[in-house]
Amino acid sequence: MGEVERGADVRVALPTTVDEAVDAMATTPEAQYLAGGTDFCVEVSFGLRRPPAVVCLRRVAELRRAEVTPTEVVIGAGTTYADMGTGALADALPALAAAARTVGSPQIRNAGTIGGNVATASPAGDTLPLLRALDARVKVRGPGTEREMGIDELVTGVKRTALEPQELVVNVRVPRLDGPQQFLKVGTRNAMVIAIASAAVVLDLEARRVRAAFGSVGPVPIRPLEAEDELSDAIDWGRLSASEAAVSRFGELAARACSPITDHRSTAAYRRRAVEVIAARGLRRCLRDVA
Amino acid sequence: MLASSAPTDTRPGARTRPRAGVGADAARPDGVPKVRGEFGFSSDLWMDRMLWGKTLRSPHVSARIVAVDPSPALAIPGVRAVVTAADVPGRPTYGLEVPDQPVFASDVVRYHGEPVAAVAADHPETARAAARAIEVVYEPVEPVVDAERALDAPPLHPDGNLFRHLVIRHGDLDATGEVVVEGAYEVGMQDQAFMGPESGLAVPSEDGGIDLYVATQWLHVDRDQIAASLGMPAERVRLHLAGVGGAFGGREDVSLQIHLCLLALGTGRPVKMVYSRDESFFGHVHRHPAKMWFRHHATRDGDLVKVEARIVLDGGAYLSSSNAVLSNAACFAPGPYRVPNALIDAYAVRTNNPPCGAMRGFGAVQVCYGHEAQMDKLAAALGMDPVELRLHNALERFDRLVTGQVLTGAVPVRECIRAAVAHPLPPAPTPLDPPMARPGGAGLTADHADVRRGVGVAVSVKNVAYSEGFDDYATARVRLEAGVGGEPVATVVAATAEVGQGFVTVAQQIVREELGVVDVLLAPAGTNDIGSAGSSSASRQTWMSGGAIQLACAAIRRQLIARAAASWGCREDSVEWGAGEVVHEGTGERLGLAALLADGAVEAEHEHHHRPTVPLDADGQGDAHLSVMVAAHRAVVDVDPGLGLVKVVQVTTGQDVGRALNPTQVTGQIEGGIAQGIGLAVMEEIVLDEGRVKNPSFTDYLVPTTLDMPAVAATLVEEPEPDAPYGAKGVGEPPAISSGPAVLAAIRDATGLALSRAPVRPEDIALAGHQA
Amino acid sequence: MTSHDTTRAPGRREELEEEPTDAPAYEVASRYELHVNGAARTVEEAWLGESLLYVLRERLGLSGAKNACEQGECGSCSVLLDDVVVCACCVLAVDAVGSHVETVEGLTRRGVAADIQTALLDAGGVQCGFCTPGFVVAVYDLLRRRPDAGDLEVREALSGNLCRCTGYGRILEAVRAVQEERSRAGV
Repeated sequence: MGEVERGADVRVALPTTVDEAVDAMATTPEAQYLAGGTDFCVEVSFGLRRPPAVVCLRRVAELRRAEVTPTEVVIGAGTTYADMGTGALADALPALAAAARTVGSPQIRNAGTIGGNVATASPAGDTLPLLRALDARVKVRGPGTEREMGIDELVTGVKRTALEPQELVVNVRVPRLDGPQQFLKVGTRNAMVIAIASAAVVLDLEARRVRAAFGSVGPVPIRPLEAEDELSDAIDWGRLSASEAAVSRFGELAARACSPITDHRSTAAYRRRAVEVIAARGLRRCLRDVA
Repeated sequence: MLASSAPTDTRPGARTRPRAGVGADAARPDGVPKVRGEFGFSSDLWMDRMLWGKTLRSPHVSARIVAVDPSPALAIPGVRAVVTAADVPGRPTYGLEVPDQPVFASDVVRYHGEPVAAVAADHPETARAAARAIEVVYEPVEPVVDAERALDAPPLHPDGNLFRHLVIRHGDLDATGEVVVEGAYEVGMQDQAFMGPESGLAVPSEDGGIDLYVATQWLHVDRDQIAASLGMPAERVRLHLAGVGGAFGGREDVSLQIHLCLLALGTGRPVKMVYSRDESFFGHVHRHPAKMWFRHHATRDGDLVKVEARIVLDGGAYLSSSNAVLSNAACFAPGPYRVPNALIDAYAVRTNNPPCGAMRGFGAVQVCYGHEAQMDKLAAALGMDPVELRLHNALERFDRLVTGQVLTGAVPVRECIRAAVAHPLPPAPTPLDPPMARPGGAGLTADHADVRRGVGVAVSVKNVAYSEGFDDYATARVRLEAGVGGEPVATVVAATAEVGQGFVTVAQQIVREELGVVDVLLAPAGTNDIGSAGSSSASRQTWMSGGAIQLACAAIRRQLIARAAASWGCREDSVEWGAGEVVHEGTGERLGLAALLADGAVEAEHEHHHRPTVPLDADGQGDAHLSVMVAAHRAVVDVDPGLGLVKVVQVTTGQDVGRALNPTQVTGQIEGGIAQGIGLAVMEEIVLDEGRVKNPSFTDYLVPTTLDMPAVAATLVEEPEPDAPYGAKGVGEPPAISSGPAVLAAIRDATGLALSRAPVRPEDIALAGHQA
Repeated sequence: MTSHDTTRAPGRREELEEEPTDAPAYEVASRYELHVNGAARTVEEAWLGESLLYVLRERLGLSGAKNACEQGECGSCSVLLDDVVVCACCVLAVDAVGSHVETVEGLTRRGVAADIQTALLDAGGVQCGFCTPGFVVAVYDLLRRRPDAGDLEVREALSGNLCRCTGYGRILEAVRAVQEERSRAGV
């Protein structure tokens, strides 16, 4: 299973299958899962995490598998941001590709994974708004257990999840909808920046429904249901257009749904304004794309 | 294979092997190891049996220290030593101007991150755990974090809270203009954010002294401060310059030097310390935050009549170089303009914020945000073109600064302005532009319709080298000898800190120019066998250390001429120096360097002092400065007013360089300085919350990336400086001064907003309507 | 001066077992092997939490990858891990077991980045040089994947490599020069 000799009370597991990973965790319960390492290693370097043992997931091929079907996209938890940004995955989920392309630097995007983004559950996790807007579901394995839950059930607070300590994110299942989707992220720098606010906006042409979610403006991704309801009624789905008043109203209601804070990165008032602006812009782009 | 012994040297850099003298684009002598990853930076040092040091820093902004107990740390296996204030054998404090800063806090801590203890252990993780295990009992005290309030607050330090109050009274203080504009401006705290974090290796020596390998800007002044605190004669403290990963003023003050020496002497073993990035933000001084008020008076024709200003610099908890920074801020508050009357009231103040000191631009940066915003306001009030107003009032040679000093050197303000605005403007934004090229960049937040274009111009002036009577000098020794095969080889010995600026290249060019030799070696910089070179700061080393090398070479030439005269039996004044040879004027006989060196090496040392300056008097008057440097910048920006995001599209500049000794290196300084200027204008700020640093990381302290830096077009304005070697002025600081104010002016132009604060935050633009 | 009473050098594991009180205060991954620049390198008695960057620099003597931020925000520690450019500070060293690691020293030895290195020098893209090895690795990676990348694509690809000295102008100039030269040479 690995080529690392162990110290007295230390385990480094290098599994190649999910079963091996789960078994390794079962035999070393104090261990921690290590995926892309982009959060994990920084925490270790800064003295915020001191792993007694690790189960490294990079070699688990099935975690890196992604599958695009007519109805959904199944993204293995080990899929990197770089993988999400190109190819069939990007064609199927262009807003996820756009979000992935804003994560950190190219080097980080080559290492960081969607499973890590979900399990870390940062309010600024860039893939989370789109996953939330589309009601993605997450498959999780524990020792002798397997379950699936909605992203909204999994992400419960600021860097808090419903995952049990020994549970592993296996994949994320994202429904494929017929319609355009957009992702916009606000940051003070033009690249490599943590989101001050972000938005995913999706049109579901079949259900005649607008879906959206916002990042960095609440402890978890914010779904503006009232705004979605009102706008879904206001759109002329036959002509695929909406009045400018309706679009602005969508932005206002979206901003109202958020509960941003003031911190060293920005103010609550600005974040609210940013959501108002990017929600409306995202929607305009969706309508433009489909028209 | 690159490293193989192929007949021709194909290693990178080999074909650009430096041969050129002054004015050529000679290649850096340290370039090849740098691109190969082989250059030894201070964090790359390693020694057998070496230990790792780690500093314990105060989590409080202001507190009394009740007790420090190192025993839990010492109980951890692998921990070799803990040092605290009680272990400092000599002077318990240090400082560049006045030693007011404790090596370790003993009774009180005065800022977030102040060092309290240091440990040495077998492994960095053990050292970190040990530092954390030291038990310190603090009694928090209400901090004073507002500079204005600190002036009236109880003293935070035995030296009081006022570092310096400087008033400049010039001309008729009652003069008034027909047109008056005023404004208040604010500049946030910028960090040097050099890439190579503070690091070094201290090695105890057999004589009981210490060898310290460290990245610094000024070896000798470090040495003197270390020796004082170790209670050791200076000659037993030997400093060696390790590879420096950038500096920008942030390595002028002592950081880990004394801590490392104490740990090495205490354990009898080599100790290495490398700051992590977060610690680096606590480990060095920053650019002073400033609050400024200006009132400009002018005639209706646009002649400046008077400038009034009040400037308050927040110096943080300790003095560092605040007094000199304040002097610059006051002297250059009017900018590069003829101002017959001025009243400038300037304060540098102690607070419980992080200590502030030197950073590229050194006081001239903060006031430039003020004087340039004022010039735009004045132009608007006069109905005049802002560029015309600047040209109309531009300083010229033999004009006076508001300190009364007559500028006798080159002052090509108009030439710089004209050069900056002469470059073609970039194409206007179009709907076909790639979305990533718009404000917001990779976040894809702006469509074409959301973008507003703006253009702004700013101009700046700053002193070169040290001012106000400081005995500013640099020492260099040059040795010329026959090398293997008889070819002449020159060796330069100087303690000049190469911090990335390219002094090593210029040093070689000067020797080649003066002595006509090809091979010029640079001895490692250290304190052992040469006097001080002064600091690699204030844009001074080309002038100062370059001048010392030039004059040492001149002395070598005289010695060689004497040798030739003796061998020809003629008078020395009948011997002419040619390019790498001497000529007998009477007979036409020639002697090459190889022949002249057959009798042995020649060597000369020179200590180069610049023309004396004087301290400012009680009215802020006096010839305080050696000379000034001027730059003008034009910035073109795209702004997304809805989100307050900015993309700088282009910066053009005209810079007064005197003479470009290495045009490519000058261009590199200009582009790099502009990047730091843009950073301060739109993204760089250490965010404080009641004195607590909130963003000590590259995640949250944002410096410009490749997607933030625009195209730069630079014109080097070459008007030789009379006193300077080859007429070359310093070039490092000016690009970092008015580039940011030009960006701010461009954002004002794009948005119509007043924007009186740098950096501009997105909310300052997007929510401006709501704040009004 | 309060000093620990022993000055014994850090021991090997066998010795430590004789003197259990002086066992390392950290979790040890006792022995593992990394493949770096084409050679097998053994790492012994390392702390489990050591990053690949630390192991390369402090245990294997490969200090070309630089320690500017140790949080994946500057690119100065860029290395190739199984031919993919990553930040060595964000890779746990034990997680690199079985993978191929190539550093700037490896690229230099193979000569595959020589034109990039020369161009950086010629264009003036090197000042303090701390970011330079990371740029060499990142530019090498970019140009083999996207030899014809335009200005914006180059900037995006290098946006994770911070430089504080140059303002990037001379570095981007060097990239353009390499692209032109390679295209002229038909590489």
